[in-house]
Amino acid sequence: MTAWLMIGALAVTTALIKAFGPVLVGGRVLPPTAMKVIALLPPVLLAALVVTSTLSEGQRLHVDASAAGVAVAAVMIWRRLPLLVVVLTAIAVTAALRALT
Amino acid sequence: MSESFRRGLRAGVPFSFVGFLLAMSFGVLAVQAGFSALQAIVMSAVVHAGSAQFAATAILGAGGGVVPSVLAGSLMNARFLAMGIAVAPSLGGGPGRRALQGQTVVDPSWALANNGDGSFDRHLMMGATVPQYAGWVSGTVAGAFLGDVAGDPGRFGLDVVFPVFFLALLAAELRDPRSRGVALAGALIALALVPFTPPGVPVLVAGTAALVGLAR
Repeated sequence: MTAWLMIGALAVTTALIKAFGPVLVGGRVLPPTAMKVIALLPPVLLAALVVTSTLSEGQRLHVDASAAGVAVAAVMIWRRLPLLVVVLTAIAVTAALRALT
Repeated sequence: MSESFRRGLRAGVPFSFVGFLLAMSFGVLAVQAGFSALQAIVMSAVVHAGSAQFAATAILGAGGGVVPSVLAGSLMNARFLAMGIAVAPSLGGGPGRRALQGQTVVDPSWALANNGDGSFDRHLMMGATVPQYAGWVSGTVAGAFLGDVAGDPGRFGLDVVFPVFFLALLAAELRDPRSRGVALAGALIALALVPFTPPGVPVLVAGTAALVGLAR
């Protein structure tokens, strides 16, 4: 029961969070300076997501086998290999390191 | 069906495969945390936000209670506030339609739809979300039924999928040299905040690095 309650509540908050900007800002044309800030949001948010999902667990910073997997993936992405190949290699590297240590 | 919606569908396919893998590890972990297979699958269908689902199920599974788990999941989603504001001027129709279009904001679609000048291709974004939604729900089904036999997904290295997924999206952004310094700043802000704030907050606050755009 508590699980269903959590699922329902999280679905509602997620929908509200996603609706907030589109409804509030609406179709207004934003000033050019605002557009310049917005243009920089994708690299900033994605970079933050990469480092936090690699190097943190909860509120703890840590480096483990997955960091090596991400490093290998970075080289492969730079060499423009297909995404699925990159992901499967990163999984293999991480799993192999964990099996060995 | 517009041309850019079709382009979105195609662009979303590789991410849907990766999403399938991520959702599979979510399904496994959710069942191991005490959720039923049906609950895991419904959650993916109605929430469709990976990091929020991982955070919320882990907390509830550990006995953390409904409110903390919904709060943690919502904080993981806080970045969608910034993404929603960014995409808002590029959406169409009245508030209701905009709110609905805003539901299709998921990280890859939002990044793929980015035109680089502050505007977004909304048709491409909505198209890209379609295959990803299918991959997300079907991956959860697979994981939920594997759950009891799979063991720890971390042992198989599945936890690396998340960062690699974001890294592939980031790489496309970094082709523009003007993005590089600000991306580094965002990464450093986020890492510095990790020990001091609940998960999810560092990414949202890192968004303030984009304010250097005011000086350009």
